[in-house]
Amino acid sequence: MRNNLLCAFGLAIAFLASGCSDSKTNKRLPHIGNHSTTEKVVDGKTVIDTNYYQVPEFRFLNQDSVYISSADFADKIYITNFFFTHCPSICPTMQRNLLQVYEKYKDDNRVAFLSHSIDFKYDSPSVLKSYADKLGVTNQQWQFVTGEKKDIYGIADHYYVYTKEDESAPGGYDHQGYLVLIDGQRHIRGAYDGTNDEQVKQLFEDLAILLEENK
Amino acid sequence: MINRAHTLSIISILFSVLMIVFSCQPNVSIETAQYAVNGQKLYVAHCKNCHGAKGEGLGNLYPPLTDTNFLNQNRDKLACIVKNGLSGSIEVSGKIYDTEMPGIPELTPVDIAYILTYVTTSFGNSTTTYTQEEVKKSLGECL
Repeated sequence: MRNNLLCAFGLAIAFLASGCSDSKTNKRLPHIGNHSTTEKVVDGKTVIDTNYYQVPEFRFLNQDSVYISSADFADKIYITNFFFTHCPSICPTMQRNLLQVYEKYKDDNRVAFLSHSIDFKYDSPSVLKSYADKLGVTNQQWQFVTGEKKDIYGIADHYYVYTKEDESAPGGYDHQGYLVLIDGQRHIRGAYDGTNDEQVKQLFEDLAILLEENK
Repeated sequence: MINRAHTLSIISILFSVLMIVFSCQPNVSIETAQYAVNGQKLYVAHCKNCHGAKGEGLGNLYPPLTDTNFLNQNRDKLACIVKNGLSGSIEVSGKIYDTEMPGIPELTPVDIAYILTYVTTSFGNSTTTYTQEEVKKSLGECL
């Protein structure tokens, strides 16, 4: 109960604070996921460190049949999503919108893109390569990866994106079209419905805010 | 008296709305406009994800629907493409596309007529209805 009250109080403060800070530079994105805290003693004083939720390390095969890992995204902001190449429903819209972000930040090495295929049966690296070429991705900034079913679906859970193999869904897989914004420490800083123009606009704004924070 | 004034003002508002609507589509009949409106809803539900809200397509994956030459030259094949899909490669706006397109077999001839009227008048330069009769004739000659 006390925790709930504290939480509500904290939210109210955060809400007020965000309402007051009209200067763009002061705006910070939230950290999504459960936090934990550790106490430590510095110069005789007890200080509390917040440990934000962190997406675990990963390693997947990319469109060039090369293994890439979370180390390749260290200190980079990246936007990630889950799709499959012959997806007839939300993927084309989601990828069309992510392509706009890619084109805006092309050759900006602070920003990267990571699309996971949830069709582990069909989307081999060569299929992903052909898809990337046709989409208009011409450099290594946007990676398309595949992996074992349990690894891909497992990492989706860690990004809080729903994915499921489902024969009744269009194309055989059911999934959410979130574009998830991750900072250089693999903390989740935002999630945007990649099929919703308003939310995609918000992604552009939030990405700019996150880039300021990293300066 | 008040009622009459009220009715008159509603009529005049409706009239001006219609004027605005039709001033943008000077050569399109009311029937064609109705088909296009119905077609837009079906387009959003079945086609927009790949071909885009403005028929712009997506990269080299999905062709645009704005190539008026393609639409005019292949007008009699469009119904079959919508219903049965397409595989193999085609050239649209000078680019080659070979992504397989799924068909939508559950669409009725009138649905297809709505969609094709929308596509050919909004993205192409057609000013006439793609009629149900045209759809039925084309579907009878699918490859």
